[in-house]
Amino acid sequence: MNSYFGFGRIIVTVIMAMCLRIAPWPGFLTGMNPDWVLLVLIYWSIAVPERVGIFHAWTIGLLVDVLTGRVFGQYALAYSLVIYACLMLHKRLRQFPLPQQGLFIFFCLLFTQILLFWLKNIQHPAQLHSSFWLPIVTGTFCWPLIYTALRRVRLSRRT
Amino acid sequence: MAIIASVALLITEHRSHRLDSLRATLSVLVDPLKYLVDLPTGLIAQTADSVRSYSALKKENTQLRDEQFIDKTRLLKFDSLEKENIRLRALLENSFKLGEQLLIAELLSINTAPYENIVVVNKGTRFGVHPQQPVLDANGVVGQVFRALPFSSEIMLITDPNHAIPVQVNRNGLLTIAVGSGQLNRLNLPFLPNNADIRPGDLLITSGLGGTFPSGYPVAVVDDFTPMTNKPFVNITATPKAMLDRNRELLIVWSDSSPVSLTTPSTSSEKKPGASEGEQPETAAGSGLTRKASAGAGPGTDRDE
Repeated sequence: MNSYFGFGRIIVTVIMAMCLRIAPWPGFLTGMNPDWVLLVLIYWSIAVPERVGIFHAWTIGLLVDVLTGRVFGQYALAYSLVIYACLMLHKRLRQFPLPQQGLFIFFCLLFTQILLFWLKNIQHPAQLHSSFWLPIVTGTFCWPLIYTALRRVRLSRRT
Repeated sequence: MAIIASVALLITEHRSHRLDSLRATLSVLVDPLKYLVDLPTGLIAQTADSVRSYSALKKENTQLRDEQFIDKTRLLKFDSLEKENIRLRALLENSFKLGEQLLIAELLSINTAPYENIVVVNKGTRFGVHPQQPVLDANGVVGQVFRALPFSSEIMLITDPNHAIPVQVNRNGLLTIAVGSGQLNRLNLPFLPNNADIRPGDLLITSGLGGTFPSGYPVAVVDDFTPMTNKPFVNITATPKAMLDRNRELLIVWSDSSPVSLTTPSTSSEKKPGASEGEQPETAAGSGLTRKASAGAGPGTDRDE
């Protein structure tokens, strides 16, 4: 339907999400910074599944690995798995009302976080803070925001 | 496919350093983002600087001039002390390490990993920075370079839970290891026996063991503690001297690991600046970010503190 829909917007939004990801937040907000990049990727994979594939998710995950100084492949693995699920379910997810989508997003973020923690724990035993789970909650609450914002970005092209 | 590729990457990275070049290449793509995010903070600081009042600037200027005067006078004495130290060590037939080169790096105000005490600075391998270099600020040891990318490098603070630094008590030379606690204002000293000669308020300095940190830099001050007679080890904490949560400028140190020959102390002090310049070729000629860098590579800084 939108075959002319360019990569431009997707790339710009992903770059903005990466900036948000590493932005310094004041005080107590630091621990709550959600995974913006994943949220944006999820949106695009549901909205334009023919444009965002697992390979893109993997590449962006790799860039996030470099950006945040993690072990290579950590975010790449997590992102490609989540985006795979989104691509499989995108037709159903589009029909869901926002709260139900939020629930799905919650489980996606939870899965990512558990996977990341598990990978970290393999390298060297890590401690688990209770605040480790905060980004999942904030991410879920940010979903409607991202959904409406990116929807506007997507539809503004189609006049 | 993607899963196999990621797992392969994870394993390779975990086992070896072969992927460092790939990381460096990719980081060229992402590093502009770090500078972009840092931009607002830098702009705010700059605007605040430019609208400061004349009297405040003048006051600061006077204060700085006084400080510089005092420091210079101290350095005069330090020079002769250094020579004397080399001579005395020559008498003891002991080798003496010196010759350190400093580079001023600025902190990028970005936050990559909320649960780790890792910061990012704006100097990378382009300026000759390499992993495991010690990083200082005006008050003490900050940490060490954890990963050097072309345009930025990640610095692990001494308070990171995965970081340990060999220290000694300045008062009596007692050696121990300070382990990071995860909190920015605390270090743990877990390996001290109950009867160790250590008191609250003792200054801990780097011992130079382990080879990463040059010896003699202040690290932390021992906090109050209560001896526990029922346990073999006391639980002692210390507060880092460096302003880990406040500073924007950091010093990256090149320590010249080759000991100075002691038979001719006069030539050894002349060899020092040349050796350290050779180690860091690009600083003065580097592009873009040279304002700070050239200040750091000026003639005043190639003597050690």
